[in-house]
Amino acid sequence: MKFLSDSALERLREGTETPDLAGTRYRLLDRIARGGMGVVYAAEDENLQRRVALKVLDVPGSEGDLANRLIREARVLAALEHPGIVPVHDVGTLADGRVFYTMKFVEGRRLDKHIESVISIPDRLRLFLRICDAVAFAHARGVLHRDLKPANVMVGPFGEVLVMDWGLAKILRAEVSPGARVADPEATIFEKPTQPAAAANATEISVVTGHGTVMGTPGYMSPEQARGDVDRLDARSDIYSLGALLQFLLTGKPEGTTAPDKSLAAICAKSTAAAPAERYPSVLEMALDISRYLDGLAVGAHLESIFEKAGRFYRRYNVAILLIAAYLFMRIILLLVSRR
Amino acid sequence: MNKVLLGVFLGAVLGVFDGLTALFTPDPAIRAGIVGIIVGSTGKGLAAGLICGLFARKVRSIAGGIALGLFLGFLFALFVALGVHNYYVRIIIPGSIVGLIVGYATQKYGAAPTTTPATR
Repeated sequence: MKFLSDSALERLREGTETPDLAGTRYRLLDRIARGGMGVVYAAEDENLQRRVALKVLDVPGSEGDLANRLIREARVLAALEHPGIVPVHDVGTLADGRVFYTMKFVEGRRLDKHIESVISIPDRLRLFLRICDAVAFAHARGVLHRDLKPANVMVGPFGEVLVMDWGLAKILRAEVSPGARVADPEATIFEKPTQPAAAANATEISVVTGHGTVMGTPGYMSPEQARGDVDRLDARSDIYSLGALLQFLLTGKPEGTTAPDKSLAAICAKSTAAAPAERYPSVLEMALDISRYLDGLAVGAHLESIFEKAGRFYRRYNVAILLIAAYLFMRIILLLVSRR
Repeated sequence: MNKVLLGVFLGAVLGVFDGLTALFTPDPAIRAGIVGIIVGSTGKGLAAGLICGLFARKVRSIAGGIALGLFLGFLFALFVALGVHNYYVRIIIPGSIVGLIVGYATQKYGAAPTTTPATR
């Protein structure tokens, strides 16, 4: 008996996976990545002559849980029109029966790769604020992301930030679009299909245990999400993930290490508190604390000592303080000279 | 606080302070004319602050603000020194530095005017 090599098996699998785009306006260009529910390809929209990303379901058929989820993901994304959320262009079914949707082709780097080239803490915080902006927008529309992590954030060549992979999104309120809810009327929790090939190679995988119990990524998932406590999930669960993401941006790890600054460490600690009630009540409040830090103001998460206040005041107004000190010094010198 | 108000306020405060330092000079004639010195010093601080504030509303340049403040402080102090025909160094150097501080502060701090989107 002759066995096929792993690479030969992979080529065969890719061959069977390749979507049949006959009858659509798209031309397949390249395979980009494998996601939770299917594969993402680069394709060309021949009508508009532009590149798009095409996400195709693994299994054929426009009915069933997975197809509903993909359609729902597309509709949720379509309802979230925001510069920080990848826009959807089209949704439909291919000739081979598989459900697909197309979205903006994002040319950029994943946040975890991009951040290696961003040295300054304020620049990292400004980038983080743009992520908060997109997530706050989704929350305002009643959508939780539930899988926020560096791998799900793309940074474009001009610094544009896009929050990706809304496949685990949860609709909190009926404010998205009627279509999005029709796709999944319960809109609570969804089983993520197993990822046999991708999971083995992935350094950061989403966890699935049993049917619809736990989803998310270890280190970024809130305790209530890790427990599968779906009914208690609200915006504060995403705030936990944002806190872990902030910690990653500051220290390179989502947990276990302390941020370089007391105020920032306090913001991380407050966002990732075990009890949701101890976290920020909203992403906007969290972003406000970050903005206050960037502006040299006191943050709500940390009660400063008098010395910390003085140090922050000096850092904020150091040039003005030095100028006034120079003026006073010069005044004293002139007085001393005139008294001789 | 907007940039013009900040410039006027800071110019006035520094001007008053600059004038009050004359109290520490050993010359009794200077101390006797302290009111006039404070009024004059406040006036040049106000004028420098106002001009620097208006400049900061139009031009965003810390170097430009500092240069303008320094120039105005020097100019106004020179006028005062020429008026009293004495104490050139003691009037011109502090006056110039007050102008420099006001020019820097109006560029660095204070709310810039908001722009409204064009409509048609």
